[in-house]
Amino acid sequence: MAWNLNINKCLRCGGCVSVCPTAALELRDNIIYDEKICTLCALCEKACPVEAIKVTNQ
Amino acid sequence: MNDALIIGAGPAGTACAKKLAENGFSVKVFDKRPEIGAPKRCGEGLSEASQEFIGRIPDKCIAQKIKGARLYAPNGRYLDVILSLGGFVLERKVFDKWLAEEAAKAGAVIRANTFVSSITKDAKGYFNGIKGEFFGNEFEEKAKVIVCATGAESPLRNRALGVFSKVSLVDSCIQYEMTNIDIVPDLIHIYLSSELAPRGYAWVFPKGERKANVGLGIIPQDKKPREYMNEFLKLHPELSIGSILEVNAGCVPVGGLVKDMVENGFVLCGEAANHVNPIHGGGIKEAILSGQMAANTIAECLRKNDVSKKALSTFNDTWWQERGKHLKKVEKLRETLEKLSDSDLNDLVDALKPEDIIDFARGGKLSVLAKVLMRKPRLVSIARHLL
Repeated sequence: MAWNLNINKCLRCGGCVSVCPTAALELRDNIIYDEKICTLCALCEKACPVEAIKVTNQ
Repeated sequence: MNDALIIGAGPAGTACAKKLAENGFSVKVFDKRPEIGAPKRCGEGLSEASQEFIGRIPDKCIAQKIKGARLYAPNGRYLDVILSLGGFVLERKVFDKWLAEEAAKAGAVIRANTFVSSITKDAKGYFNGIKGEFFGNEFEEKAKVIVCATGAESPLRNRALGVFSKVSLVDSCIQYEMTNIDIVPDLIHIYLSSELAPRGYAWVFPKGERKANVGLGIIPQDKKPREYMNEFLKLHPELSIGSILEVNAGCVPVGGLVKDMVENGFVLCGEAANHVNPIHGGGIKEAILSGQMAANTIAECLRKNDVSKKALSTFNDTWWQERGKHLKKVEKLRETLEKLSDSDLNDLVDALKPEDIIDFARGGKLSVLAKVLMRKPRLVSIARHLL
């Protein structure tokens, strides 16, 4: 179970932040991820315009 | 104690700040970005008529004057919609900074490079301040009203009001600012296709004779906008010959207008409240109107010394009356259009006249559009959705 960001692909657009239902993501110089509140729903992976996020939930 | 603290120095935040400052209130605006207006996440289009409520936009903010829009059907046939008042493709990095300067001139204090980490509440449950960071130094500020104008890409709106964008109600977008391309520079170009840009569209917004924002937005899915963009460019050698000066991305709300935008001592406005036009994803006009309307309510509440949710809810009433009703109708149109196949879209572009589109953009009745669709037997079922 993991949330992974490929920082080489990420454009820091914050699209993932806007769709996160639990406010587990925040855009600063990078995407800040709070694993304590993330539910691994993977909506961020779906919204990302460039395939920078991979969520594995098994 | 400040009268208002505004989080976000985009068009909504600075419009709100300017109006509050003009009314004599003390207001500070924080933006986490080192440079206001950058990076842009925007096609940069704006109608000339928007100057009615913005004021005259200086030439330095305008990259290209536009006469109208060229709407392409999937088969390549197009319809030119020329407006009596045209539009602009802006230079957002200059425009947003100009808006912030105007707010500062009116008396607002603007702070770039200042990250707001949280919004605080008092014992009675009223929002009453922010905690922030400037060059790593933490600070706190208090105010009677907190305005969240962060855009969609901040968790603060979620932490404060539980607002976030449903993934099915954003368009996932990518855009290249390109130069050395062959274009008709005084029109914006909109390419409709359910196959090449499902639910959304591809666009070319000129920023000079041979320069433009070339972008594409789609409903979020496994196949990413970047792949669709590659395919779009392959079909358009007049664009793919060009150079890429800048790459932008983002998720634009195209629905999910927030019903209730206020709490005790708190107001959500602009794209943070999903105040975006659902048919084209344009957000500048809606952000500024939303920020101004929020400011009108806040000013009234501050004068009466009542910033309760009940008092601030005047903003809900006025925004839904002035903008929400219209945008809801536009959302219905978007829902109808996204059901159309490429062959339906070909028929639609053939059936429409430029006047139909202008009329609709001005808030004409959906039934008028439905009648147009009904001229084509194949579009009758879609037309019924509009009635």
